[in-house]
Order: sequence, then structure tokens, then C-alpha cells
Amino acid sequence: MQKSTLLFLLLLISAYAFHIGRQRSRQIVGGRVTNLHSLPNYYGYYTALWALLPALALLFIWMGFETPVINHLVIGTLPEASRSLSADNQGLLINDITNALNGSYGEAKPELKTTVDYLRSLKIRSNWLLSLLAITLAFMGAFFARSRIHKEHRARNKVEQTVMAFLVGSSLIAILTTLGIVLSVLFESIRFFDKVPITDFLFGLEWSPQIAMRSDQVGSSGAFGAVPLFTGTLLISSIALIVAVPIGLMSAIYLAEYASLRFRSVAKPLLEILAGIPTVVYGFFAALTVAPFIRDLGADAGFDVSSESALAAGLVMGIMIIPFVSSLSDDFINAVPQSLRDGAYALGATQSETIRQVVIPAALPGIVGGILLAASRAIGETMIVVMAAGLAANLTANPLEAVTTVTTQIVTLLVGDQEFDSPKTLAAFALGLVLFLVTLVLNIIALHIVRKYREQYE
Amino acid sequence: MRHPENIPTSASFSRDHIQTVGNIFVKDARIECRSVDVFYGEKHAIQDVSLDVGRNEVIALIGPSGCGKSTFLRCLNRMNDTIPGCRVSGEIKLDGQDIYAEGLDVVPLRAQVGMVFQKPNPFPKSIFENVAYGPRIHGLASNKLELEEIVEKSLRRAGLWEEVKDYLRHPGTGLSGGQQQRLCIARTIAVNPEVILMDEPCSALDPIATAKIEQLMDDLREHYTIAIVTHSMQQAARVSQRTAYFHLGKLIEVGETAQIFTDPRHQLTEDYITGRFG
Ligand SMILES: Nc1ncnc2c1ncn2[C@@H]1O[C@H](COP(=O)(O)OP(=O)(O)OP(=O)(O)O)[C@@H](O)[C@H]1O
Ligand SMILES: [Mg+2]
Repeated sequence: MQKSTLLFLLLLISAYAFHIGRQRSRQIVGGRVTNLHSLPNYYGYYTALWALLPALALLFIWMGFETPVINHLVIGTLPEASRSLSADNQGLLINDITNALNGSYGEAKPELKTTVDYLRSLKIRSNWLLSLLAITLAFMGAFFARSRIHKEHRARNKVEQTVMAFLVGSSLIAILTTLGIVLSVLFESIRFFDKVPITDFLFGLEWSPQIAMRSDQVGSSGAFGAVPLFTGTLLISSIALIVAVPIGLMSAIYLAEYASLRFRSVAKPLLEILAGIPTVVYGFFAALTVAPFIRDLGADAGFDVSSESALAAGLVMGIMIIPFVSSLSDDFINAVPQSLRDGAYALGATQSETIRQVVIPAALPGIVGGILLAASRAIGETMIVVMAAGLAANLTANPLEAVTTVTTQIVTLLVGDQEFDSPKTLAAFALGLVLFLVTLVLNIIALHIVRKYREQYE
Repeated sequence: MRHPENIPTSASFSRDHIQTVGNIFVKDARIECRSVDVFYGEKHAIQDVSLDVGRNEVIALIGPSGCGKSTFLRCLNRMNDTIPGCRVSGEIKLDGQDIYAEGLDVVPLRAQVGMVFQKPNPFPKSIFENVAYGPRIHGLASNKLELEEIVEKSLRRAGLWEEVKDYLRHPGTGLSGGQQQRLCIARTIAVNPEVILMDEPCSALDPIATAKIEQLMDDLREHYTIAIVTHSMQQAARVSQRTAYFHLGKLIEVGETAQIFTDPRHQLTEDYITGRFG
């Protein structure tokens, strides 16, 4: 029996369990539902959960252990020579056998034929055994739960607890995956720092992550000083913020304080569409339109502008993050209570005085939070810089030169065929870790500020 | 003044008499309102109210909750302008000048007619900055020392100085509700308004602070005009010279405070001050 069929059967059984649980509860009180502790439906849910959950648990545990156990059994039947192979080679062998079973790579080698048949029979038996056990368990659960139902039974609370357990479980999954990603990045970075000292990485001024393919190759020992990447990121993000903060803030003020309701209801969604444009679109806009424009402009003015410049990438990125600044600022300016504005007006303040001296200071923490969130977006942004800022790891503060950023380098390090444990590949993890830490800190500060501000007016 | 229980029980105007009872005029009027109507969208919140407020007078506006006292008060310094959908019609004159006239600048008007709101609304700034804000924007102090003087004087008159004099740099929002209310009063009088509108300024105050504010009103009356909304009959009786009773958006009765509380002529007024109103 296929696992999907089994799952469907289990659902059917639990629907049946729902029915008998509900019937049973009604029967106990002779139809006078008010005498029950909970409504009949809850007894139904209770019984259904007992039918479904243990069987599902069995299913998942089985699925987890099935492959290793079967593999172990298969290896056991192989000749002595194969059994003494290293773990890696055993894995390859098992792969061959499984492929043969699925018929992916043509006919199996004749010497594996018996093993393949054995594997097939094992799998079929395993499936039948699982189905038998799971269905029995489901029925047992259902009847056990049914037998426990009595007048005072707190089915409603039990169901509540189960629901909560599900919710906790879901949030745990989210948290654990994050933790898993962080840990894997962390461990790979530690492996990198075994090969390249952490001080060289953090303070080195030269970045050229070429590793010799052959030991006799010349001039390619590889340098992993990340400072040019940090400064490049900083340069582009600063340009982006210089563009986005004033424009975003002023448009937020206009929308929140001056614009008519009609204009606002049109303009605000439009502005937010900016945030919905895929970054790759911004990327080629930057590379194909803005960068050449800046280069030509610079050429006319007698400047030497490279065709890929920090300025082009920064400008476009700034446009991209305008909605982050403006939308959040607008929300916070709107959240400033009208009574504060009234207070200032009643003292004879003009509208612009009120906005500058009362509304903005009151909304400032929220605005700063919005700017920090925008900054962490800018630092983590990849497509635009890949397309428009170039790959040259120049250590420069000149926005007209090509620079490169942390994200761009991660992309170039990992694109193409790589050895998985060369410093070059591992460097990507170290860069990822730095990026992660910086944005994490920025986000924590931003959220902290935002939360603190929210408390003030609630 | 006699207690409300002792007042005569028969008023001369029955409950369905809808014209304002009593003399709406005063001799030396500072504010003259004629046929004022206020709408919030469709809702007719103030209906055909005409009333004078004298110079050097404290007028008390009383009436059941929702009858339009705050709305009427807000007409007097055009604070209703900031409420979307609010329309004011009729004529309101301050010192003979129509404040709803076309092209009139509301900013100086509001500096002249100060307002203390029903709910305390200190700025999220320090206590000092809260009080200094008005004088600063109007350039009332030529140097820091003068500004500090204004702040201290205003806080003293609002009865808050002793409590906050060591905490002037602390945020005004950190004060208790009653302290915030007095801070807002200090903030208002710091700009020397000639007319002060107070919307239940003492509803969050203890008897001692209330007494201080009432004393302040008495002092201010020498030079200024004050309109106060209050739910406390005793307070109205203590601080005001004239009292106006509002009911469902209409001005029902106006007259000398002593007369209103001892001998109300409208049945609705009598119901309210004897506590027969729900
Ligand atoms: N911003 C507004 N929008 C719409 N209707 C309003 C608004 N403010 C007040 N109203 C309505 O106008 C009427 C008068 O309100 P107002 O605040 O003037 O009453 P009040 O006499 O001050 O009451 P209270 O003693 O409770 O403060 C009420 O019925 C209220 O529902
Ligand atoms: Mg009110």
C-alpha cells in the first residue's frame, strides 16, 4: 500500500472516530447535551485526535527509520568484500542498488540482481507492516478514547491543549530551521577560519579568492581580506540611504499630514508597489539605464567614471528602499495622536511648526526603526549590486569607481563548480555569517526602538 | 448660596420650551456668538446657540455628557477646523472681529485664545520644554533666563512647581494624569492668552490641586476671559460669574451663576442641577 493511500485511510478512520465519539457522548446523557461537560462535537474531536495522532506519529517514525534499517539489512546480505567497504563506498553501492530498483539507469548489473529483488521484497513488506500497524493503532486509539468518554470528561479542554501543542510545534519548526541555518553557517565559517585566520579575514585589505588548481600554478595563493567588501557594502548602502531617507521621509510627511484622503488612498499603494518590483528588474534598470547615464554624464563633466559604479547601484537601491522608509514612517506619523497636534495648534503653532517640533519628534523612534530596517535591506540586497556595482574589490570611497559588496562576492564564490571544502567556497559562509550578524543586530535595534515607541501611546 | 435641595421646585419654563432662557447679552462683551450651528457630518451637534462672554468673566458651561460643551468651546478658537467633516456656521466675534471671517489667520487667534483639553496631552518632551514650547515659538523670551522665569512662573501658577522643580528635564509624559493636566495648564498660560478655554481641567485632580486651579482662575479673571466646562456644580458655583446650561446641542438657559443654581427658570436646568437628569 502506498503511503498516501494509508494517509487517506487514516483520515477516513478519524472521521469515523469523530462520529462515534460524538454519538457516544450524546448516548451517555440520553440526548440532554447540557448535562455534558463539553459540547458533543468536542468529544468527536477528542476521539478523532486519539485515532489520528498516534498513527501519524508511527507513520513518521517509521519513515525516518525505514531506509537506514533496510539498507543495513541489504548490506548484511552482500558478500564479505562489499561489507568491509568504507561508509562512503557503501553508500555508493546502495545508491546503485536503489537506482536499479527504480530502473533509472537501465539494467542492473547481474551480480546485484538478487540483492535488488531482496530490496524490493523488503520495501513491500515494510509498507504492508506499516499499514497494518497504523490502521490497528488508529482503531485502538479511537475505541480507547470512546471508552474514556463520560459525563464529566473535559474533552473541550483536552482539544484546546492539543490545538496549543500544534501551534507550539509550528512555531518550533520555524525557530529550529532558523537555528539550523545559523548553526550550519557558523560551523562552515569555523572551518574556514581554520584555514584562514579570522584576523586576516576581518582586517585584511586585499580580496582575491583565487586558489591554485595545481600546486605549481603561480601567483594565486588567494587573499581573503574582507575589508574592501565591507567598505563597498557600506559605500553603496550609504548612497542608498542618502537617497531613500529624505525622499521617503518627506513623502511620508506629505502623505500623512498634507495630502487629501483621496490622494493618499491612491499614492500610498502606488508607493508600496515600488517594494513589490522584483529586485532583478531594478538590477538591469541600474546596469542598463542608470550606469551608462552616469558614465556619460561624468564623461561630459570630465570625470572618469567606470561603467559599473557604486553610484549607479546605490541610487537605484535607494529608490528600491524608499517604500520601506516612507511606508513605516507614514504609519508612525499617523499613529501620533491627534491630541498632540491639537495641543500645539492651541498654542498658536503653525502646521509646519507642529510637524517639525511635535509630530516628528514624537514619531522619531518609529522613523529611526524604519530607517534601520531599510538599511538592513540595503546591506543584504544582492541583485542590484551584482548587476550594477561590478566585481572589482577596490578599497575606495569614490562612488564613481566600481566596488563590490559582501553579497556579490558570496554569489561569485558559489556560482559554478566548486570544491566543497576549499577556502574559496567556505569564505562564502564566513561572509554570510558577517552579513547575518550585521543585519541581525540592525533588526534587533530597529525592532526594539519600534516596540518601545509603540508602548508609549497605547 | 443655598443647596440644590432647597431650591424652588417649579421652574417657569416647561421641558418642551426650546428657546434659550435668560439674558445671553452682557454689557462689555469680549466674545459674541450669534446663531452658531456645528455639524459633524450629518450630526447637528450645536444648534442655534447665541451667547456673549464678558470681559473679566469666568463663564461655566454645564450640561449632561455629549450635549456639545466641548464642541462649543472648540468653536471659540477654531479647533474644530482640525476635525475632518466638521462644519461651523453662524457668527463668532472676538473683540468685535469675526473669527470665522474669510482669510483670517487662525495661528495668532489661537495664541490669543488658549485651550486646555479634556484629556491631558503633554508633548513627548521634557517638562521644561513642554512649558517653554509656546513662549519659544512666539518669541516671548529674549534669553534663556527669561524663558526659565516664564516656565517657573507658569508652573507655580498651575500649582505644579514644587512637585517638578527638580525634574524639569524629565519627560512630561512620565507624570501622573493630574500632574499632566496641570502641566498642560502651565503650558497654556505660558503664552499669556487673553481668553482661556478650559475643558474639564480638574476632572483628574485632587481637591488641593483643584483649589489651586480655581485660585488661578480667580487671579486670571482680573485681566482675562475664561470659559470653563465642568461637571462639578460646586466648582461652577465657586469659580464662575455666569453659567450656561446646554442640553442635546441647545443652549437651554444662561444667567448669573447664583441665579442658575438657586432659581433655575427652565425645567431642564432644574432637572439637571437637582440630579433628576439620568
Ligand atoms: N469628532 C467628532 N466626530 C463626530 N461627532 C462628534 C465628534 N466630537 C463630538 N461629536 C458628537 O457631538 C456631540 C457633542 O460632543 P461633545 O464632545 O461636545 O460633548 P460634551 O458635552 O463635551 O460631552 P462630555 O461631557 O462627555 O465631554 C456628541 O453627541 C458627540 O457624539
Ligand atoms: Mg467634553
